[in-house]
Amino acid sequence: MTNLQKYENAFIETLGIEQNQTTNLEYQAIPEWDSIGHMSLITALEDVFDIMMDTDDIIDFSSFEKGKELLKKYDVQI
Amino acid sequence: MLDNKVALVTGASRGIGKAIVEVFAKNGAIVYANARKEGDLDDIISENIIPLYFDVTDNSGIKNAFSQIKKEQGRLDILVNNAGIMKDALIGMISGEVMREIFETNVFAVAELIQFASKFMIRQKSGSIINISSLVGVNGNKGQLVYSASKGAVISMTKTAAKELAQYNIRVNSIAPGIIDTDLHSFVGKEHMAERIAGIGMKRLGTPCDVANSCLFLASDLSEYVTGQVIGVDGSALI
Repeated sequence: MTNLQKYENAFIETLGIEQNQTTNLEYQAIPEWDSIGHMSLITALEDVFDIMMDTDDIIDFSSFEKGKELLKKYDVQI
Repeated sequence: MLDNKVALVTGASRGIGKAIVEVFAKNGAIVYANARKEGDLDDIISENIIPLYFDVTDNSGIKNAFSQIKKEQGRLDILVNNAGIMKDALIGMISGEVMREIFETNVFAVAELIQFASKFMIRQKSGSIINISSLVGVNGNKGQLVYSASKGAVISMTKTAAKELAQYNIRVNSIAPGIIDTDLHSFVGKEHMAERIAGIGMKRLGTPCDVANSCLFLASDLSEYVTGQVIGVDGSALI
């Protein structure tokens, strides 16, 4: 499984959405990605990529695309 | 009571923190004991007591500690925010530096530790967070304007965190000790101590073990429906 697939799956499984919904998805744009969904998503990504994100990055994680950029800081290339 | 549970206790080198570590370990938990100074935990290290040296005001230290727990245990069931500092000064003589120091350790560090621990616990859909506050955080006390405010903040954080985290089956409670026989009170002279004891309904100082046993209750499944509470462990002390 590629990192992109793992990344997408984390969104699909934790937010309970379809794959076609992930593109350009932004935080709080759908009911599933609310603050509660956000914390579940972050913990899922931390598990999948075996990382521990800084609080500032959790706050900055504002979209599907922004998340890819932030994960580079943790040596996760998507 | 805590078989196979993984706990992190901050400020564990002496007094209340040390007693909590010992009581948890005796009850079957794997305990990560935190202290600032390397070597300060040498006398309590055992098979199920693991030292973690970091300053609770240092974010990278906290992060490394949680990374180690994740790597070694993959879970965290109990967090006890015990590390704290007490500096007394009368109104008009409290420096900005002292205010910042007290709030950084007693409040901001606790908030940060709750954030890190809750990520583990959200994943598990279970956990118990215990914040050590103080009787003076409830009632106030002469000479402790900033310290009592910091402990009042701990109580507010406890109640808010309990509301936010209940949906994940994470419980957050606080213990508010009264006058406990620890180094924090060693500077009080005999005469003053007698006066303080006279103000305690049970006519004795509390012991670190009194506090640790209440923590054991909150850490265990015996309190599985208890959250957002502040338990006074003060022998009916008057302040």
